[in-house]
Amino acid sequence: MEYFVIIVGSIFVSNIVLTQFLGVCPFLGVSGKLDTSIGMGGAVIFVLTLATLVTWIIQYYVLNPFGLAFMQTIVFILVIASLVQMVEIILKKVSPSLYSALGVFLPLITTNCAVLGVAILTIQKDFNLLEGVVYAVSNAIGFTLALVIFAGIREHLDLMEVPKGMKGVPIALIVAGILALSFMGFTGLV
Amino acid sequence: MSQLTNFTKGFIKENPVFVLLLGMCPTLGVTTSAINGLGMGLATTFVLVMSNLVVSLVRNFIPDKVRIPSFIVIIASFVTIVELVMQAYLPELFESLGLFIPLIVVNCIVLGRAEAFASKNTPVSSLLDGLGMGLGFAFALTLLGGVRELLGSSAIFGIDLVKGDLMLVFILAPGAFIVLGYLIAIINKLNKAH
Repeated sequence: MEYFVIIVGSIFVSNIVLTQFLGVCPFLGVSGKLDTSIGMGGAVIFVLTLATLVTWIIQYYVLNPFGLAFMQTIVFILVIASLVQMVEIILKKVSPSLYSALGVFLPLITTNCAVLGVAILTIQKDFNLLEGVVYAVSNAIGFTLALVIFAGIREHLDLMEVPKGMKGVPIALIVAGILALSFMGFTGLV
Repeated sequence: MSQLTNFTKGFIKENPVFVLLLGMCPTLGVTTSAINGLGMGLATTFVLVMSNLVVSLVRNFIPDKVRIPSFIVIIASFVTIVELVMQAYLPELFESLGLFIPLIVVNCIVLGRAEAFASKNTPVSSLLDGLGMGLGFAFALTLLGGVRELLGSSAIFGIDLVKGDLMLVFILAPGAFIVLGYLIAIINKLNKAH
C-alpha cells in the first residue's frame, strides 16, 4: 500500500515536471518530436534509477558515517556526471541509432535537475533503499509521461495557426501551463 | 567586444531566461513571489560570478578532456558555500527556496557560461559577463515573481495591495508556465522592435 502511494503520488499527483518544476529544460528542449521524447524518457528512467540507487548507498554508507553530509551536493553531482558518461559510452556501442537520435541531449542529463533533484529528495524524505528506488522509477515514469504527452501536443501545434508573436516557445509554455492545470485534477488522490 | 557590452548583454539582448531559455527549473519553481525570485537570482549571481572568475583563472591549466568535470566541481563548491551561508543567516529564504539551492549546480546558465565564455576569456571579462548574466537572471526572476505575486496574491514584495487572494492559479504551478509564456512573447516583440 505504501509503495502504491509513492507510485501514484509521484507519477500523477506531484508530477516531477508539471508541479515540481524539475527537468523543465529537457521538457522544453526535446519535446519537438514524439520518438525523440520517448528515447529521452527511456534514458532518464535508466539514469535516474541508477543515480538514486548509487547516491543513496553513498549517503548512508560513506557521507553519514564520516560526518561529510555537507559534501552532498558536490559528491552527488560527480556521481551523476560519471554515470551519464557511462550510459553514453554503453549506448554508443549498443544502439547507435538511439544514440544519434538523442545526440546532444544525453550529456545534458547531467544538468537535468530531475536527476539530482530526485536523488536529494530521496534522502530528504528518509526513504529506505527500496522505497527510494520505487520513488525514483515512478518519478522517471512521470517525467516520461509528461514529456510524451507534451511532445504529442507540440507535433500538432506545428500545424496550427498561432499568432505570430506567440509562435514557438511562448505557445509551448502556455500549453505546458494548461497541461499542468489538468494534472492539478489529480490533487487529493492520495 | 568592449567590457561594457560584456556586462550589459545579459539584461535584455541575451537575457538568459527570456532569450536563451536557460535555467528554466528555478525560474518556474521559485518565482511564487518577487522576493523569492530576487533571492534565487542573487544566489545564482554569486555562484555565476565566482565560478566564471575561477574557471577563467585556471583555464590554461586544465586539460581539455577533464574540463567539464573540473568546472562542475568548481561550481558545486560555490553552491555549497551559498547553501551553508544562507542556511545560517537567511533561514527563512533558505526554507522557501528549498531544493532549488543545491540545484543551482545543475543550472544550465552557470555551466553554460563557464564553458562558452569563461574558458576562453580573461578573468576581468569573465567576471563582468558573469555579473551581467547573473543580474539579468535575477531581473527575469524578480519580474516573473512580481507578476505572479501581483496576479496571484495581489501583493508586491509581500506588501498587500488588496486583502485576500486574487487568482490563486498564478502562484500555483500552471501560472508559472502561462506567465512566462506571455512574458517571453512580449520580450520577443520588444527585441524585434529595436
